[in-house]
Amino acid sequence: MNYPGKGLVEGLAVTARNFVGSYFYKDRLTTVQYPEERIQTPENSRTFPFLVFDESPDKPRCTACKICEVECPPKCIYIVMDRDDKGKPLQRPKAFDIDISVCMQCQICVEVCPFESIKMDNDYEKSKYGRFNDLVQRLPDLLKSNDYYRQIKPVEAAEVDAKLKAEAEAKAAKKAAAVAAAAAKAAATPPAGSAT
Amino acid sequence: MIAAPSTIPAGGAITTQLLEVSIGPQHPSTHGVFRMDVVLDGEVVRALKPVVGYLHRNHEQLAEKMSWLGSMPYTDRLDYFNSMSNNWAYALAVEKLAGIKVPERAEYIRVIMAELSRLQNHASAIGFLLQDCGAWGTPLLYAFKEREKILDFFETVSGSRMMCNYFRFGGVRVDLNDEMLAMARKIVAEFPKFLDEFEKLMTTNEVVLARCQRVGILPKELAIAGSISGPVARASGVEYDIRKVDKYGVYGQLEFGVPVGAVGDVYDRYYIRVLEMRESVKILQQVLRDIPAGPMQAVEVKLRGFKIPVGDGYGRVEGPKGELGFYLVSEGGPKPYRYHIRPPSFINLTVLEDMCVGHKVADAIIILGSIDIVLGEVDR
Amino acid sequence: METIYQLLHVTFANVPAWTVQVAAFLIPIAFIFGVYPAIFALTTLVERKALGRIQNRYGPNRVGIFGILQPLADGLKILLKEDIVPRVADKFTHFLAPVLIVVPGLLVYLVVPVAPGMVAVDLKIGVLFALAVGTMSVIALFMAGWASRNKFSLLGAVRAVAQVVSYEVPTVMAGVAVIMAAGTLSTLTIVERQGGGILNISNWYVFRPWGLVGFVLFVIGGLAESARCPFDLPEAESELIGGYHTEYSGFKFALFQMGEYLAGMAMAGVTVTLFLGGYMGPGSGPGLVGSLIAMLWFFSKLAGMIMLNIWIRGTWPRLRVDQLMGFAWKVLLPLALVNIVAVGFWHFLTPRPLAWVVTTGWLVIWFLVLTKCNASAILEKREYRYV
Repeated sequence: MNYPGKGLVEGLAVTARNFVGSYFYKDRLTTVQYPEERIQTPENSRTFPFLVFDESPDKPRCTACKICEVECPPKCIYIVMDRDDKGKPLQRPKAFDIDISVCMQCQICVEVCPFESIKMDNDYEKSKYGRFNDLVQRLPDLLKSNDYYRQIKPVEAAEVDAKLKAEAEAKAAKKAAAVAAAAAKAAATPPAGSAT
Repeated sequence: MIAAPSTIPAGGAITTQLLEVSIGPQHPSTHGVFRMDVVLDGEVVRALKPVVGYLHRNHEQLAEKMSWLGSMPYTDRLDYFNSMSNNWAYALAVEKLAGIKVPERAEYIRVIMAELSRLQNHASAIGFLLQDCGAWGTPLLYAFKEREKILDFFETVSGSRMMCNYFRFGGVRVDLNDEMLAMARKIVAEFPKFLDEFEKLMTTNEVVLARCQRVGILPKELAIAGSISGPVARASGVEYDIRKVDKYGVYGQLEFGVPVGAVGDVYDRYYIRVLEMRESVKILQQVLRDIPAGPMQAVEVKLRGFKIPVGDGYGRVEGPKGELGFYLVSEGGPKPYRYHIRPPSFINLTVLEDMCVGHKVADAIIILGSIDIVLGEVDR
Repeated sequence: METIYQLLHVTFANVPAWTVQVAAFLIPIAFIFGVYPAIFALTTLVERKALGRIQNRYGPNRVGIFGILQPLADGLKILLKEDIVPRVADKFTHFLAPVLIVVPGLLVYLVVPVAPGMVAVDLKIGVLFALAVGTMSVIALFMAGWASRNKFSLLGAVRAVAQVVSYEVPTVMAGVAVIMAAGTLSTLTIVERQGGGILNISNWYVFRPWGLVGFVLFVIGGLAESARCPFDLPEAESELIGGYHTEYSGFKFALFQMGEYLAGMAMAGVTVTLFLGGYMGPGSGPGLVGSLIAMLWFFSKLAGMIMLNIWIRGTWPRLRVDQLMGFAWKVLLPLALVNIVAVGFWHFLTPRPLAWVVTTGWLVIWFLVLTKCNASAILEKREYRYV
């Protein structure tokens, strides 16, 4: 039955249903009282990068190879390799700055890192009061332990751990095979000064 | 610039002058930093000039300095409402140039993402249109509730709600596990209920009908002549949908209809979007049912040092706003030589003046809302 | 006022007569000044919370429990804002306009009865006074637009004036129907005529066919006069510029809002008086307890009308200015005139069932005819094909 004004009345019915329903069905209200309650972000959620270390902050996985600095689209990473007194490069960074006001959270640095050392954090409360240099994160801010990584991203961290373990085992197996081959070669050839 | 007030000469007719007003760039109803210089005769619009460029961020120039993959996050920020479609257009263009074949599971995943993106874009677009009409936020917030669910799904899959950076050349970045597929199925199951409620609220509402019908008519010949694409063109009667013409991805194997309107006014553009949402739900149901197992990315694509053979090519998709195309010229190196985007919002804006002349000022705002522009795309 | 004077005179018999008179004069005024602006402050909060619930979110709930101190916070904020007056503006008129918009809103409450015998001034021409004074706020709107010396404020003010004036006519005509049925212009008598019947409810004029149509007309007219959605083109003129209150900031802007809301609530109060039986309800009668119950009934009806306004605001978009005027002159005015004829039928046809049938039939036929004549241009049925 189509009477003039029907659309108007039906519209009122819809809003009335929403109004009354919002008191009885709590899942109609989609907001939470931030900052007292926080919505749990999913595991894959990414905000800004951080560096992973395994045992202590002095031994990060990062070797300062600068691949992430080159691949970063907005060029927000700045790395300086640590060198010892003679100028020989130690395979770790002396300075590692990420300007998170430039970083666009694209995750390309994570994908291209060959050492699984830079990963994405999911902490989003990074506001600072200062305008100029407060949003640059330096090496001490960025280093976080592997336990923290396992805590925020369990599935991903488990995969990374398995991969690193497999790589380490493969390397150890290769080294053991090389040592065994060298020992076999040494045993096969006569020792010096015994033949003649 | 304000014209002088009208003068009444002694013993003669009243002379009036035309008024030149600039609507924007800061304005609650212009969908971004966009300016329209209108020339008014009393209440009626006599001429209109869109002024763009307030959001120009030099995207095309930046891409010439970055690797092929490095531009992918920047394409998210073009039409920031649906980053998935933008990613797909760029990936399609590169794959065409480089001759990469995409595995089937990845194609299905791409369709899921693009159609979900279309759903939330159309929902917000009509929400914003009705907000401009004057309904104080109610339809907009209902649409945003559905959009929240889709954005939560995007966050679960790719890590970010809007700037997903999800597609890669030859596939997608992250595979969908069963939990994510269940989430997508739940969204698709609940969406028709929202559409029914929304239609009851707005589609037969007499005030909406009075505001939107016979306002801003775009004739079919003008739509074709102006290269208009997307729901705007289909509302005017142009039967063109790239999903049916190019059949990219797995769209050739899916069954869905493309609604086409007859009159081409604001109401048609609004209702075509509602119908398109229903068709997208149909597509999603088919895809979620039939998704095969398999790899998610072509294995021969390198992450670093990716090079494309010499040549040029154009890849396009049916984005929710129209035809989004990427024209790439490669010299065989790791960076593009020329990277050009065909933005649908920008091209759809060229007929704004023809649609608005003769209508009142309040209508000009609604007509702009019905074209559904995003300034990130218009200005790049 | 008379009742209060009698009450006080009886209770305090030793006090000189002039004190009792002054007290009887001041108490209703204090009541109006105290209660209605407080209701206004509460309405701003309730509106935001109700709109929020319609849109599936909480309204303000940070300041005080359930946001109850939010009006206080808003008032403080707006008091502390800088008061900007344009250099080329007409200073006297610019200052006077917000003051002048509050006054008519408050004046209407003088003739709205809240309990038996409790009306501030029992005028014999009460309804005429209410409708005439209520329209005076139009002058203030125009003063605001003119004094700002801003071309767009003037445009907005002109539109607002046109809207208010053209919606005044069907409103008054709808009121005329009630006046004819009650036979008097005094608001107190009109409310008393709506008493009796089953539970003091069935005699309300809204339950008569002509009363229902009159009620709808009066509600629509009330929405248009206080420039609320769906007629809020003057207020949401931010489609172009700000309308008549562009050049106002700080407390003067708050006074505009207050004047607008007070006028809206005054129209709601008059609607309740004329159509919804004023303070009549089960249990309302003379005496202290009866008066308190009557006051409760009046304020709950007023609250219901305000909630209806908020409900409509949350649902319908706004009309364009030419559609607005067309609606008033082409649909509402003829309907109001037809309504007056219907009251005539009701009054003169003696068997009651016959009167019901004839009046209802007359009104329904004219309603359909008018909407058919005017709506055929807009409600098209569209066909969409699929390719």
